[in-house]
Amino acid sequence: MFRNQYDTDVTTWSPAGRLFQVEYAMEAVKQGSAAIGLRSKTHVVLACVNKANSELSSHQRKIFKVDDHIGVAIAGLTADGRVLSRYMRSECINYGYTYESPLPVGRLVVQLADKAQVCTQRSWKRPYGVGLLVAGLDESGAHLYYNCPSGNYFEYQAFAIGSRSQAAKTYLERKFEKFPESSRDDLVKDALFAIRETLQGEKLTSTVCTVAVIGVGEVFNILDQKTVQSLINEFEISGEEAPTNESAAEQSGGDAGGAAPDQGGAAAEEEAAPMDI
Amino acid sequence: MYTLLGEELNLQITSHFHSSQQKLRSTIVITSRGCRSSKPSSPIFRVDCESVFDLLKLSTVDYQSLGISYHAMSCHVIMKKFLSRKQSEENGVFADMVSSQNESSLLSSEGDSQRTQYPYVTGTSVIGIKYKDGILMAADMGGSYGSTIRYKSVERLKQVGKHSLIGASGEISDFQEILRYLDELILHDNMWDDGNSLGPKEVHNYLTRVMYNRRNKFDPLWNSLVLGGVKNGQKYLGSVSMIGVHFEDDHVATGFGNHLARPILREEWREDLTFEEGVKLLEKCMRNLLYRDRSAVNKLQIAKITEEGLTISEPYSLKTYWNFAAFKNPTVGAEGSW
Repeated sequence: MFRNQYDTDVTTWSPAGRLFQVEYAMEAVKQGSAAIGLRSKTHVVLACVNKANSELSSHQRKIFKVDDHIGVAIAGLTADGRVLSRYMRSECINYGYTYESPLPVGRLVVQLADKAQVCTQRSWKRPYGVGLLVAGLDESGAHLYYNCPSGNYFEYQAFAIGSRSQAAKTYLERKFEKFPESSRDDLVKDALFAIRETLQGEKLTSTVCTVAVIGVGEVFNILDQKTVQSLINEFEISGEEAPTNESAAEQSGGDAGGAAPDQGGAAAEEEAAPMDI
Repeated sequence: MYTLLGEELNLQITSHFHSSQQKLRSTIVITSRGCRSSKPSSPIFRVDCESVFDLLKLSTVDYQSLGISYHAMSCHVIMKKFLSRKQSEENGVFADMVSSQNESSLLSSEGDSQRTQYPYVTGTSVIGIKYKDGILMAADMGGSYGSTIRYKSVERLKQVGKHSLIGASGEISDFQEILRYLDELILHDNMWDDGNSLGPKEVHNYLTRVMYNRRNKFDPLWNSLVLGGVKNGQKYLGSVSMIGVHFEDDHVATGFGNHLARPILREEWREDLTFEEGVKLLEKCMRNLLYRDRSAVNKLQIAKITEEGLTISEPYSLKTYWNFAAFKNPTVGAEGSW
């Protein structure tokens, strides 16, 4: 990024009316590895790419269970994410203790956003360098929110954050209209496809990604590696034909659930660089 | 040197021994220091040690032997005596604060008669039942002052938010306090301005926490509460007592209602009572209470809460029958009695 003379302090405005420190914090989110979320009327799926530092180390945890009905995926400074997850867990548990009822997701997200805003208005603090995809289920349905370091939050049908998230967003933008009516399994498949987009040709295996689901009748749970691998195999093996155009893929996708994404995925593999990089 | 802890002030008593003089003169410097500040503020006043020790009636020799270490309590006594003497002109605000706070914090363990010991103006039973469309609750409008029925228009059934209804027996002033807590709770819930709202289950649990915490401080809110409501088609009826005992059931009652009304309800309550049947059942229980509970008055309200909303009826009376032979001629069989 370019150097500015108004970027030393979070409490200094630039003449253009920007807080550069906050914007730099949002850059930190873009440096983290990708995390995506998508929702239907009854389920929300979170998925993220886990890059380990080296072959010797384990990968960082990017998905946290906050409560039975809320989970969060982070991108950016993992340490900040961990601290915020702890805060969220604490809020949920306190609400549950007083009211014997799950904390509505919208309220948790507002509390989180207010907490982030404080850090943008104190000279002795810095903004949190982590973006959070909050997935939750409450009385009013399934929700997916994105919390920025700036203290803003938005609700999404589907979203992706982190490095190379644009590829995933493009994929999601094509598919999001059918998400509300998707089944749980279709949602997970779409999540895995979106993750694969961010990998830009690298092989998608269960060691590289993590998937978590929350929905009606299903508490927030992180799928184990075997399940994820079998799902990956399921859609990578079937569907060898390349679709000629996207409209064909969409039409067949309407009827045959997983067929269109399979074709789309196969096409991408054939056209992209060789798998063994 | 050591520290006396007041509530807000740290009293640091440092004694300085002045330079070598024949007669050892010590000065006690009393400073006040806020709990959280690290640097001591300027001394409130310097007290001549001699005069302090005069209070202790110690001889000059003892200055040296005592040195700086006093027993905590005795020093406190010194300070109290000293400060109360010097209170007027020399010291101003701080010393007053110091002395009074020392007194309250260190000396008194009694004097906290701000706790609830017994109730004064009380309401009697509340009965609540679930019926087909929601919850029905009944309570009379009496407020008794001991054995006197002092107030006869006390509303003991109140709405809470969009989905709940509360009925209280016990101390009326504590009920009013609870209504204030609930008012604030609902206000903050509304201020979120999202689609969510607290339902009867949440309010019931909140009240349980409040009652239980007060009980733990030995300062209970002297009430037994009935909390009912409907949210998203789910009916809820629960009860909390003044010690925090809480449960949920198809029919609940407080006070005498437990003994006189619940047996009737156990026999005659059904899952799918209509509104009219429910009201008749409640009136049967209330009539029983009216005959047998001395603090009951014949002026009651019945409240209904359903998914659509809440209505509390206008006060009305039950028809009672007193035409028993024994009442007509009470002294028959015992001539001379009245």
